[in-house]
Amino acid sequence: MSNGISMERVEEIIDSYGCQRHHLIAIMQDIQAEYKYLSPEVLERIAQKLDIGVAKVYSVATFYENFSLEAKGKYIIKVCDGTACHVRKSQPIYNAIREYLELEDKQKTSADSLFTLETVACLGACGLAPVVTVNDQVHSKMTPELAIELLGELRKEEAAQ
Amino acid sequence: MTSGTITREQFEVRQIKDKRALSAQKKQVLICAGTGCIAGGSLDIYDYLKEACAKRGIQVQVGLLHEDGEVEAPAKGKELHLKKSGCHGFCEMGPLLQIEPDGILYTHVQVSDCDEIIDRTLLKGELVERLLYQLDGVTYAKHDEIPFYKKQHRVVLENCGSTDAEDIDEYIARDGYSAFEKALFEMTGEEICKEISDSGLRGRGGGGFPAGRKWESVRKQPPGKKYVVCNGDEGDPGAFMDRSIMEGNPHSIIEGMLIAGVAAGSDEGYIYVRAEYPLAFSRLKTAIAKAEEMGFLGDHIMGTDFSFHLHVNRGAGAFVCGEGSALTASIEGNRGMPRVKPPPDGGEGPVGPAHGPEQRGDLLQRAPHHPKGLRLVPLHRHRGQPRNESLRPHRQRGEHRPHRGPHGHHPAGGHL
Repeated sequence: MSNGISMERVEEIIDSYGCQRHHLIAIMQDIQAEYKYLSPEVLERIAQKLDIGVAKVYSVATFYENFSLEAKGKYIIKVCDGTACHVRKSQPIYNAIREYLELEDKQKTSADSLFTLETVACLGACGLAPVVTVNDQVHSKMTPELAIELLGELRKEEAAQ
Repeated sequence: MTSGTITREQFEVRQIKDKRALSAQKKQVLICAGTGCIAGGSLDIYDYLKEACAKRGIQVQVGLLHEDGEVEAPAKGKELHLKKSGCHGFCEMGPLLQIEPDGILYTHVQVSDCDEIIDRTLLKGELVERLLYQLDGVTYAKHDEIPFYKKQHRVVLENCGSTDAEDIDEYIARDGYSAFEKALFEMTGEEICKEISDSGLRGRGGGGFPAGRKWESVRKQPPGKKYVVCNGDEGDPGAFMDRSIMEGNPHSIIEGMLIAGVAAGSDEGYIYVRAEYPLAFSRLKTAIAKAEEMGFLGDHIMGTDFSFHLHVNRGAGAFVCGEGSALTASIEGNRGMPRVKPPPDGGEGPVGPAHGPEQRGDLLQRAPHHPKGLRLVPLHRHRGQPRNESLRPHRQRGEHRPHRGPHGHHPAGGHL
C-alpha cells in the first residue's frame, strides 16, 4: 500500500488473536504499534475479518485516546499533563515543543513527519514530574529547554542517517 | 505458553529449596527497576554492575536458584545476588540501589558510581556518603531509618523494592502461593468467603465494598461462567500504588485472583492494565507465563478439579475504564461506556440490547478488584488472623495516600 501498510501483516495480526471479536482492542493496539495509526482500509479489513460492522470498529477506534486515525510521526512525544506534572509546569514544555515543531492549530505531527506531539494523563511517575515520553522512553524532570535539546538531538541523528 | 504441572508435594519441596536458597544469600544488591528509576537509567546500572563484578572475579547470581536448579553455589570467589526490584515509591531520589542484609540505600546512583560502590561498599563495607539520603542536615545510611519509610507500615506494598520482581522462586521463598495451596486443599469456597469477610477486607477503589461479601455473592450464583477481574486502570494522578504492585510483586496479584477463583467458583480471570503502564503489563505477562510453566495456572491445578486461566488486557487511554462496567465493556472489545446498575457486581447481566447503542451481550458474573485489594488476600490468609485489625482501615482513613516525594507533606502514621 502507498501508506506503507501491508494488509497481509494486518491479517496476520488479526489471525493471531483467533479472529475473535473481544480482542478488537488488542488487535488495533498491535496494528497501531507497527504502523503508528489505523487507516480506513485497516479498519475495514478488521471489520471484515471479525465479521462486525465497520461502524462498530470506528466507534471503538474513536473512543480510546491511544488510537489514531491519522498517520503519526516516527517519534511520538507524550507530555504528561496529569495533576502533578501540570502543577510542575508541563504546559510550558508542551507549548515550547509546539513552537519548535512549528505546529499550527490542530496539527499534531510535524511537517517532516518525524514528531507527533500529544498529551497523556498521568504515567504514574509523579515523583519525577514533569515527565515526557518519547516512544515510551521516559524522560524525567523536564524543562522546555531540555525538551528542545532532546528533539534537536533526535533531528540530528535522523539527518545523519 | 508452556503449561506445566506441579503436585502439592512438589510445591512443598520447592518451597523448602527456595527458602534455603534465600536464607543462604549473603549479599544482595537490589537495583530499582520500577518505571521511575528505569527512566533515570537503572537498567544501565544493573548491566554495568554485572560486568564490573565479573571483571573483578566476583561471582554474580541472578535469580534464586542456580541454572542447574541447585541451591548451593560452587565455592568460587565471593557470591553476590543481583536483583531487579520493584518500585520503592521514592522515585524523586532515584535511581535507587539497596544492599541487603545491611539495609543500605543509595540514592541518585549513576553508572559512574558503580566502581566505587563495588570497591568500597561491597568489598570493604565502607559507605559512599554522597550517595546516602540526606534531610535537614542528617544523613541516613539505612533504608529503614529514613523518615519517609520509618512512618510507613508497609502491608500492601511489602516486598515492593526489597525483592526480585522477576523471580517466581523468590516469591515462593517468601511464602508465595502457600496461601493459595491452603485455600485449595483445606478450605471450601464458603469458608474462604467467610474468612475474608471476617477480616474486614474492603475494596480499594473508594467504594470500600466488603470483599468477602462480593465473593460470596458470586459464589452463591448458580454454577456457570464466572470471572475474577483485576482493575489495574489506576488513572488518578498522583496514585501509583497499583503500578508498584503490578511491577514489583506481580505474583501476589495472581495468587489473590487464584484464591478468589477458588472461593467464588471461577475458572477465568482478567487483569486490566492501563496503556500508560507498559512495564506493569510486561511484568504481569512474564509472571503469568512463569506461573503457567510451574503449574499454578492452567487446568487441574495441583491435581485438583480447580482450573484457572488468566489474561492481561491493556487499556487504550480512557480514564473512564477505571469504572467497573466500563472496564468490562473494554475487556469485551467495546467502547468503555459505563452503564447504569443494576445489576451490581456479582449479579447476572442482561442478555440482549442493553443501555445505550452497544449490545452488552452476556454480561458476566464477575468479582472486580484492585491490585491493592488482591495483594492483601494471600497476606491475610497466610497470617491466619480471622479478624486482622492491622489490615482493617482505621475508620477508612489513613490508607493509600497518593504518593508524594520525601520533601512533600506526609500523612502521619499512614498505612500503606
